[in-house]
Amino acid sequence: MKRVLTSIICAAALGFAASSADAQTLTTVKTRGGLNCGSNPGLAGFGLPDAQGNWTGLDVEVCRAIAAAIFDDPTKVKFVPLTAKDRFTALQSGEVDVLVRNTTWTSSRDTSLGLNFTGVDYYDGQGFMVRKALKVNSALELSDAAVCVQQGTTTELNLADYFRANKMKLKTVTFATSDEAVKAYDAGRCDAYTTDASGLYSERLRLANPNDHVVLPEIISKEPLGPAVRHGDDQWFDIVKWVLYAMIIAEEQGLTQKNISEALGSDNPDIKKFVGTEGNYGEQLGLTKDWAVRIVKHVGNYGEIFERNVGQGSPLKIQRGLNALWTKGGIQYAPPIR
Amino acid sequence: MTAVPASERPKVSLLYNPRVRTIAYQTLLCAIIAFLAWSAVNNAIENLRRARIASGFEFWKFTSGFDISQTLIDYSSTATYGRAFWVGLINTLVVAAIGIVLATIVGFLAGIARLSKNWLLSRLAGGYVELIRNLPLLLQLLFWYNAVLKALPDMRESVTLPGGGFLNNRGLFLPQPNFQAGFEWVLAAFVVGLIGAIAFRIWARRRQERTGEQAPVGWVALGLVVGLPLIVYFLAGQPIALAYPQKGRFNISGGLELLPEFVALLFGLVIYTGAFIAEVVRAGILAVSHGQTEAAYSLGLRPGPTLRLVVIPQAMRVIVPPLTSQYLNLTKNSSLAVFVGYPDLVQVFAGTVLNQTGQAVEVIAVTMAVYLTISLVTSLAMNWYNSRMALVER
Repeated sequence: MKRVLTSIICAAALGFAASSADAQTLTTVKTRGGLNCGSNPGLAGFGLPDAQGNWTGLDVEVCRAIAAAIFDDPTKVKFVPLTAKDRFTALQSGEVDVLVRNTTWTSSRDTSLGLNFTGVDYYDGQGFMVRKALKVNSALELSDAAVCVQQGTTTELNLADYFRANKMKLKTVTFATSDEAVKAYDAGRCDAYTTDASGLYSERLRLANPNDHVVLPEIISKEPLGPAVRHGDDQWFDIVKWVLYAMIIAEEQGLTQKNISEALGSDNPDIKKFVGTEGNYGEQLGLTKDWAVRIVKHVGNYGEIFERNVGQGSPLKIQRGLNALWTKGGIQYAPPIR
Repeated sequence: MTAVPASERPKVSLLYNPRVRTIAYQTLLCAIIAFLAWSAVNNAIENLRRARIASGFEFWKFTSGFDISQTLIDYSSTATYGRAFWVGLINTLVVAAIGIVLATIVGFLAGIARLSKNWLLSRLAGGYVELIRNLPLLLQLLFWYNAVLKALPDMRESVTLPGGGFLNNRGLFLPQPNFQAGFEWVLAAFVVGLIGAIAFRIWARRRQERTGEQAPVGWVALGLVVGLPLIVYFLAGQPIALAYPQKGRFNISGGLELLPEFVALLFGLVIYTGAFIAEVVRAGILAVSHGQTEAAYSLGLRPGPTLRLVVIPQAMRVIVPPLTSQYLNLTKNSSLAVFVGYPDLVQVFAGTVLNQTGQAVEVIAVTMAVYLTISLVTSLAMNWYNSRMALVER
């Protein structure tokens, strides 16, 4: 009898969690009382736990915003640290409800991997970091160089493509995590380290002597980073999509963490729709009327989280660039709430 | 009073017949397992279909698009995922095969040393076994990798080796022998020498059994296997050209290249598995009764031949089965390669290919099948060897 029991348990474990694929994710999250969010195990500015276990970063704040919209409580998130290699399996199998882990939106990921990208929370591009002592001024001089890279990333593919396109010889050394790749680069195993430009600035801070290293000017790819959800749950897809849009719209409207409570009394029709004093746009999403207010109140608008985590208010000091609003020379743009 | 025939048992209902019951239970169990397996597979397929995740093996012939640091067969980022699979598999087999040979040597030496009468030697061997066996392998691999990288000089301060090689933290670079026309004669001489050596050994053994006279088999074999090809090599005008590694702006190219990742992984696996094999060997030798050694001594055999001809052959019967599982362990542990950046099967196929294609079910199934096959083949070979080594009763 014991054996029968064991085999039943084994087979059940094998059975690929039947419910997760098409279940109503929102209901699951509400019943669980918290959001499971796939996060970077350690990338300053995007997803990084501090000594007390508090997570910070741009991606992390997007997760908090989703939790704020659902629960009116940004702390109801369980962050699941995932390596680049394991992240999609974790999302596919239902281990996490949403993946916000500086993940590049590509066609194959959007289709054959069974994911839906909900938007772009950071427009990035791939770059290279080298030692100043090498006296390299351009990535085009890197022929025959050894390059450290993290496995399971678009970076790995862009790197091979870039070197092939420019007829340069390449020696890649591939590591499972960015941590190991950076360590090997720091130990002199590689001439260059490559990842998304934002990642380069962030990882440079962790090197033994950050000032001995320089980021090369070439950006060799388009890396739109954004949250992703599973195929097959349109309602959840809409929620995650509109949480990000709400943060961008809030910045457009000048709504911040500080002034959002005053906005509740505003006569501006756009703001009235945003804060839920007009229409039932929140209910249409399956949330409450004040869903957007909750996001801004607890987390802030897009500009605020950008500056706080990767911008001037952070050690990274990254310029807004492409990530500025469309009205200010960038390409961050959100459809209207109406 | 009539005798009851022994065969006639009291009639029992089928329900209580132990035979019927056993069969019924086993059939039921099989049916349940089959149903669970079927529903698990079906469920997985259905879920994949519903989430519109690609399935099947079409990805096998798609372009991989990524680069691999150590390729023993032709491979570039324009090759297919299937090709990448073979590159990874060969890298796994190479590190496992070399690792098994070296671990066996290290293990036998350490195992015998631990039984040595020399106090220092036996304590050193004991210390090695106890230290290495009790630390996690992953920790040791990371230690060796960082130790290798930190200890070696930077590319620009490479150590130049005599004979045109370089050593730095990018690896060990040696001149690569390129075989030219005429080398086939050397190969032929080697084969002839090998056959000759085997023939001589058989002849020598027969003669020893007949007359008791010993022949210098070792020297003759050395002469035939090494000497003969060497003579032919010079006669054929030295048909090997060496390609020397050249220093470039960033790296050394050309020549034979040994990656630090490979060295660290190999070193870690050999040291770790060697400690276990040492214990297996020690147990095997101790299992041979002391009377055997005493009998050999009383026949006038010296300690060396006693160990080689009397103790080890008998110890092998005890050693081989646990040795097999150590070989399997080493092969499976080689999958930790991913942590030190060595492109083995798990790193290339179950890592990058899985991630790029997103087809976890297929990729993991293939990977498991490969390790299962490698392990079963190793087991088969070792079982065959074991049956040959088994005590032949006369």
